Amino acid sequence: MISFPILTMLVLVPTAGSILVAVFSNRRPEFVKLTALLTSVLTGGLSVWVLVAFDKANADFQFVTKHIWIKPWGISWHLGVDGISLFLVVLTGVIFPIVIAGTDPHHDTKRYLSWMLLLEAGLMGSFLSLDLFLFFVFFEIVLVPMYFLIAGWGYEGRVYAATKFFLFTMVGSAFMLVGIIATAFLAKGNGPLTFDLIELAKADFAASTGRWLFFAFAVAFAVKVPIFPLHTWLPDAHTQAPTGGSVILAGVMLKLGTYGLLRFGVFLFPEAARWSRSLWLTLGVIGIIYGAIAATMQKDLKRLVAYSSVAHLGFIVLGIFAMTSQSITGGVMQNINHGVSTGALFLLVGMIYERRHTRQISELKGLQKVAPIFAGVFMVVMLSSIGVPGLNGFVGEYLVLIGSFLTARWWAVVAASGVILAALYLLWAYQRVFHGEPDEANKDFGELKLREAAVMLPLLGVIVFTGLYPKPMLDRIEPSVKKLIEHVSEKTSYTDPQPVGVAP
Amino acid sequence: MLNVVWLIPALPLAGFAIILVFGRRLGDPKAGYLATLMCGGAFVVAVGAFFDLLSKSADQRQHIVKVFAWVPVGSLKVDLAFLADPLSITMCLFVTGIGTLIHLYSIGYMHGDPRFSKFFLYLNLFAVSMLVLVLGENMLVTFLGWEGVGTCSYLLISFWHERESAATAGKKAFVTNRVGDWGFMLAMFFAFQATGTLSWVGVNSAAHTMAQTTATAIALFAFIGARGKSAQLPLYLWLPDAMEGPTPVSALIHAATMVTAGVFLMCRISPVLNVASSYAPTLIAIVGAATALFAATIAVAQNDMKRVLAYSTISQLGYMFLAVGSGAYTAAIFHMVTHAFFKALLFLGSGAVIHGMHNEQDMRRMGALRKVMPITAATFIVGWLAIAGVPPFAGFWSKDDILLAAYDKSPVLWAVGLVTALLTAYYMTRQVIMVFYGKARWHDHHEEQGAHGDFEPHESPAIMLLPLVVLAGLSIVGGAINLPFSHTTERLATWLEPVLGTHDSTTAKIPLAVIATAIALIGISASIMVYAKHKRAPIEPEVLAQGWYYDAAVSKFMGGPGREAFEGVAWYDANVIDGAVNGVGRLVRGTGQRIRTVQSGNVRNYAAAIGVGVVLLLAWFVVVRGNL
Repeated sequence: MISFPILTMLVLVPTAGSILVAVFSNRRPEFVKLTALLTSVLTGGLSVWVLVAFDKANADFQFVTKHIWIKPWGISWHLGVDGISLFLVVLTGVIFPIVIAGTDPHHDTKRYLSWMLLLEAGLMGSFLSLDLFLFFVFFEIVLVPMYFLIAGWGYEGRVYAATKFFLFTMVGSAFMLVGIIATAFLAKGNGPLTFDLIELAKADFAASTGRWLFFAFAVAFAVKVPIFPLHTWLPDAHTQAPTGGSVILAGVMLKLGTYGLLRFGVFLFPEAARWSRSLWLTLGVIGIIYGAIAATMQKDLKRLVAYSSVAHLGFIVLGIFAMTSQSITGGVMQNINHGVSTGALFLLVGMIYERRHTRQISELKGLQKVAPIFAGVFMVVMLSSIGVPGLNGFVGEYLVLIGSFLTARWWAVVAASGVILAALYLLWAYQRVFHGEPDEANKDFGELKLREAAVMLPLLGVIVFTGLYPKPMLDRIEPSVKKLIEHVSEKTSYTDPQPVGVAP
Repeated sequence: MLNVVWLIPALPLAGFAIILVFGRRLGDPKAGYLATLMCGGAFVVAVGAFFDLLSKSADQRQHIVKVFAWVPVGSLKVDLAFLADPLSITMCLFVTGIGTLIHLYSIGYMHGDPRFSKFFLYLNLFAVSMLVLVLGENMLVTFLGWEGVGTCSYLLISFWHERESAATAGKKAFVTNRVGDWGFMLAMFFAFQATGTLSWVGVNSAAHTMAQTTATAIALFAFIGARGKSAQLPLYLWLPDAMEGPTPVSALIHAATMVTAGVFLMCRISPVLNVASSYAPTLIAIVGAATALFAATIAVAQNDMKRVLAYSTISQLGYMFLAVGSGAYTAAIFHMVTHAFFKALLFLGSGAVIHGMHNEQDMRRMGALRKVMPITAATFIVGWLAIAGVPPFAGFWSKDDILLAAYDKSPVLWAVGLVTALLTAYYMTRQVIMVFYGKARWHDHHEEQGAHGDFEPHESPAIMLLPLVVLAGLSIVGGAINLPFSHTTERLATWLEPVLGTHDSTTAKIPLAVIATAIALIGISASIMVYAKHKRAPIEPEVLAQGWYYDAAVSKFMGGPGREAFEGVAWYDANVIDGAVNGVGRLVRGTGQRIRTVQSGNVRNYAAAIGVGVVLLLAWFVVVRGNL
């Protein structure tokens, strides 16, 4: 084990950057931006280091750091990373520098960047925490900068959207806080009180207790995902947030929900997760179809992408609760792929907004003729979002579907029809925005600039590479997923199903 | 060559990559030559692989080349691997062969287009996808190619995207194909669950131990996929519209190669189809025969030169499915190959006509073009005789094989096939007469064409005529690959036997062949009577011109109730679900204001309220439940 506390650094570096940026003088804006960028690049570098040093044969938590924080309550600074969280950490590390380099707030850069870095610290902490209380703290920290980013740098309806976002997630958090505390106390028995995830996972709850506790966690995560019908904060928040906020929101923050369902929901309460699976499978599938249909009819490009997120995350929910090694691995993949593709889509929509000051589909026309490279980049990202094989989006969705088919056949059959709808809403939007003869307002639409290209290039690289060669990712994700399923098997009668003709 | 079979898709891929980076610098025509060279290189490798395979004994003709592990998760192990066997190499040969000719032709056809190099970029990507499709060692690699060709088809149909109709047609093709893709995906899932593998060899070799219902499910879901890609009822709608793309695209993708992918798929899983319930192949045969007849009736009344050929393609693909459903897989592949020859020829010929007519596609404004375009006319006539089923042209032999198999399956299917053959001969003759014979009607429209100055149709450049001549030659002699005289002359059947098995017929071949030939001649004569000699008025009812109003009905449904339903969902989301949320918000706010204990709208206070609630809930949990 490396003695250097790299995971702690992943949290502390952006925190320090945030403070540094906040105390900088307003008179030197270029230093502010540079500091923020360097901090995020450093964090990104650290996350890539974690990726490189990660032992793919090891399904357990790695780089574990544990320090007692509040001894009487059994709370500790316990961080670790495994295959399920690894790529979320890397995604967070990589996407922040892209956002900071690629988008500019329209005013008060200093505070904006300070909030951004705090957000990064909160997200890193959430993905790394192995202590329920610590997780909750980070989970809540995330809310605050996001609230201010939407309310402070958003568009016309930003206050409504920010408030809605805050209230929805706070209600969810309230449930979770209750759940966390109750879990710790109920699991205590005669032993010492602990909030340690790994310790708590060993506890056996009575079926009805476990189900109540699971429910408390699940509500919080369901809001975050978001799972139908708790999703209506998302289109508003996505649409009203500044471009950078939308990218982070879609790219990283929603994953807290699906990640939480796996890490805390399924891991702590396998019996309850198994027991309620039909509910979640159904809600996941509804999300896929409903989100896609709603996306088709949107008039605002950002809202369209937002609803497409509802559909894409429905796949992850389906995959988690179908609970086969393919479906969960696919879900974890989809977490990352959605972050990359949708993040890229929001960046592109942001670039359109900067040029045209509108997000209305009806006001855009014929952009491909005047900006073919821009259109080409958009096309690749769109095809990835549609789930065309050879690009990243396909791998996750396909694994979710084929894995789910083994345990939840009819849900998978319906969910698979989501691929038709995804093509429909995106191609229709693409046609209206990019095809045709550009009219007066659109004929001077600027081509992709160098800086924009530099921002998009790494994302495009990931889109193509992951689509063609997902093995490195799968190799790292799968052992931890297998371990999780084994854990579920120990606690319930469930076993990972094998197709006919395959030795278990 | 078998070990480097991956080069077959890799060469066009290299072409794609080079044009992607240097396309603009290469420009017109260098990008075109590069793309053609890459496709031609793939053909050379395919020929090499063919001879390598031929030198092995029949049961050894199967070679798998693994490139890398692609999607390995648990029991699912999918490699990016290629399978070289008689079926895939046959497909490769005609895909790369015809592909190269069409690439070459395109250099002339697309000359002067501002997006010249982009066209070849897409064309090479299409070649890659199509070759991955046919060479795929497992269902997922084939699916990679399957979706790839669909994407390229979309990009190429909407190539002239400034035109609204082209953009819409591209989208329609993609979305309709996705309906089929859904079927293909489910076929994969069933196969994986039943056999634990996605490899074609694995699935097919497990076919005999498979439950019959599973085999039926795989076959029927794959058939949904096939219907999307190969434009069969009811998913054929996208193909006539796909004619919005440049004509070489129509020839390559929408006639010769991509649209045959569905037939290929059904042949690939033929061992599974053989063990499926008997209604599965019967259904396939019926859908094939029905599509063949249905599309032929529509072709009779079309005036757009390319749309006639589009409906004709749908009709001919119907024949291939009739063969598949009748268990005559070799006949399906045979017809696929000959059809690729003569339909590519006909499309390229129509492209030459359209090119020479300054983008005029309406046959009512053509006529007597054989005088100004002698080579185009001569080659087109060869294509016409081949598709009409006149011996000894290629189409005669392959169509005859299918009709024979259909007769074995059911005389009714045979009769439907025969009526289709009659109509085919009839509408193709009509087209030839309208375009190349009769009065030169383009003079009548001279004024409308005034913008072009002196309007005179002209013959195409040599680079476009060369492919026409080669394809005409193949359309004449193509039948020689599988002559029905003895077992040794049935070369294609023997070659494909290790993969597709045999189909033995006891029916006497000669009487059926005579009837089929007679039917073709009747169709041709009837058409000459109507269109050349004007003895009878043409029968072109509006209902046929409008394709039985099927497309219109679907569009009306999609634009009407379909759209309303979608809008209903969006409305429901905005007003009911979100309305409930806002309602709760207002309620809380209103109550708060009345009680005047909370300052409403302030997030901090909501949070505080939540905090209090949390504590209460917590107390309940710890005290009440803790005591239980």
